[in-house]
Amino acid sequence: MALQSEPGDDGITVVRMDGRLDLLTAPEVKQQLAELIASGHRQLIFDLDRVSFVDSSGLGALISGLKAARQAGGDLRIARANHQVRTLLNLTMLERILRPYETIEEARAGYSQIAAD
Amino acid sequence: MNRFVQAVLPADPDLRAELRLGLLRILVVANLLLGFLYLSWRYTATINWAAWPIAIGLVIAETYSYIDAWLFGLTLWRLKQRGEPPPPPPNATVDVFITCYNEPVEIVRRTAIAARDIRYPHRTYLLDDGDSPAMRAMAEEIGIGYLVRSEEWRGKQRHAKAGNLNNALCQTNGEFILVLDADQIPSPDILDRTLGYFADDRVALVQTPQWFYNVPPDDPLGSQAPLFYGPIMQGKDGWNAAFFCGSNAVLRREALMQIGIANYVRDLELRVQRALRTANALLRRAARQVQTLEDSAIRSAINDLQAAVRTSRRMLREGRPIQEVTWYFQQCAAAAARPLVAEDLARLRAEVATIPGLDKDEDLTTNLSWSLDDETILRELTIRERSPLAAIAAVRELLLAVDVDRADEAQPVMPIATISVTEDMATAMRLHAAGWRSVYHDEILARGLAPEDLRSALQQRLRWAQGTIQVMLRENPLFAPGLRLGQRLMYFATMWSYLSGFFSVIYLSAPILYLIFGMLPVRTQAEEFFWRLVPYLITNELVFAVAGWKRATWRGRQYSLALFPLWIQAVISAIGNVYAGRPLGFVVTPKVRQGGMHIWRQLRLVRIQVITMVLLTLAAIWGLTRLALGIQTDGIPTLVNVFWIGYDLLMLSVVIDAALYQPEEREQPTLIAATAA
Repeated sequence: MALQSEPGDDGITVVRMDGRLDLLTAPEVKQQLAELIASGHRQLIFDLDRVSFVDSSGLGALISGLKAARQAGGDLRIARANHQVRTLLNLTMLERILRPYETIEEARAGYSQIAAD
Repeated sequence: MNRFVQAVLPADPDLRAELRLGLLRILVVANLLLGFLYLSWRYTATINWAAWPIAIGLVIAETYSYIDAWLFGLTLWRLKQRGEPPPPPPNATVDVFITCYNEPVEIVRRTAIAARDIRYPHRTYLLDDGDSPAMRAMAEEIGIGYLVRSEEWRGKQRHAKAGNLNNALCQTNGEFILVLDADQIPSPDILDRTLGYFADDRVALVQTPQWFYNVPPDDPLGSQAPLFYGPIMQGKDGWNAAFFCGSNAVLRREALMQIGIANYVRDLELRVQRALRTANALLRRAARQVQTLEDSAIRSAINDLQAAVRTSRRMLREGRPIQEVTWYFQQCAAAAARPLVAEDLARLRAEVATIPGLDKDEDLTTNLSWSLDDETILRELTIRERSPLAAIAAVRELLLAVDVDRADEAQPVMPIATISVTEDMATAMRLHAAGWRSVYHDEILARGLAPEDLRSALQQRLRWAQGTIQVMLRENPLFAPGLRLGQRLMYFATMWSYLSGFFSVIYLSAPILYLIFGMLPVRTQAEEFFWRLVPYLITNELVFAVAGWKRATWRGRQYSLALFPLWIQAVISAIGNVYAGRPLGFVVTPKVRQGGMHIWRQLRLVRIQVITMVLLTLAAIWGLTRLALGIQTDGIPTLVNVFWIGYDLLMLSVVIDAALYQPEEREQPTLIAATAA
């Protein structure tokens, strides 16, 4: 299991993974996100399209990624979450913090859209 | 009596359990009904207004006890006797956590070896909060994992045992977690006997009893809690409110992480809302400060921040996610700081240019100007605490608060609650509020060490009481959202019982006030008083007798009265802690005897009880003397009060036994391990 990262021209890096983001894979994802951010990829979009299942340890890894990105002056956004992930985001109320963007483009737009509306 | 009961009762254990529950319910109803009749009579017909302070005090204390009887009765009403556990699942992954903090290595070693040898496949970790080389060596020697706090905890609040567990949760990944205190030696089948309950995927917690092998049968320090780890927990279990007691319990990681995340969200929302609410006042003050400095750049930056606060608040009101609101705010703050940084950089560049001889070294010059021009430097220097605006303390606070991180915590997600020194109860309450279930499995599957001297035992009791009151004040179960009514009452019952100290003072002072000062709290005919009170008291005793059948519950009841000064201290210190931020003085209960305490120093620990006993005895002698000399003619009230004093003395005398208690020298470790197995 490894994250694939795809840096864009606008300074935003899209991160992808396959399979399950759960208690087994979460520590590694957390580690890899930290390394990615340390190497200068501060603005991240985590593409959940090919992630079949996320548990709360997986959400924990995303939260640590968010924290690390913010400390470096960047941010971490999530996009294309499936139904199961949205249900969990709702259950844990994490959707009040992390908005699950419908598409990568929307998540990307969220970065540049500094104005409040 | 015992033989008689054996002969009458059926042999089938299920039927027997049912009969017992039926009998208990009848007794509970009878007791509460008699109590109602007694108390309503007391309120309406017996208060002696001539001695109103004690008259009112006593009837309030009796009301407290009556409410306690209700809560106890409700607990017993659903007493759940689970019997054989379901079989464990075939492929669960389990982490066994042994928490330790400077306990003797040999004690921990015994636990660690037993934990390693638990039969069900698992990984064992020693969570060493003492970070000691000897402990690490021991863990390596016996082949178990060893965890200490990660780098993130440096300089942050440590949160004692809760922090230790949270740190370990972040470094491991088993589906289930067995938590063991450093001295709790597990049976090899502890997981086989508990994991089966998790087949119900709403179950988050299976708690088993705590039992101590170094306690003599008469248990002078009241260490065993057979009433709690028995009928009380079984009753709470019936209401789906059995709670986590810190050790000898299995938890579901998914459940812990979920409440950890939910709590992170709640905490963060509150933090951001509060910060933005107070931001205007803060920034106005900051603006006044810089006005005197005549620094227009800073003033305009603060203006920009004020605008950002206004917009952020509007975004929050519109329900935009915290991530977007805080991102917007941080971007604005960075933009506001930018001219200031640019100004500083320009000044720096100008200064560099004036360094004589520098222009001769071309490499250095290009490097310097290149790095000073670098866009990333500009950005680096404008975020959060590195921003020049952060030099204004109030603004710095604001920049840190309006973000997605709890800047003062080592980990954003804290699955084990950190609001109390009894992290276990607070965590269980959050689990229940989130809809999870808990199980109490009434079988001794781990055996530990109880404190062996009075001081340590008192410290332990004090910590439990303080922690429970903290939870009551911070997340009161009566109002915390998500709990069912039965669960609210079950949590509240435990908290209510810790308030008893204040009422014990009234019970203890009433006979003294009567016999010495003639203040009679109850105005009635002796006969009527007896036939109303005695049946109530008898049914109350019967409830205890049937609930605690074959269990030694007397010690516990003695201690609940005798430790009244401790309960009062616990409530007062917890209030001081929650509302005034005064420290509780958290102490880890020592597992080894705190040696060499002279008997007088032991007695000093319970001096209030000793003084109370002396006063009670003097009052009894005084009253009886007056009666014998014929100064007092009506004998009944005196005799009732003397009888009452006798009962009080019997209860209080337990602390004298405890102070005099000298445990036998510790046996060889191998012997203890053998008896515990």
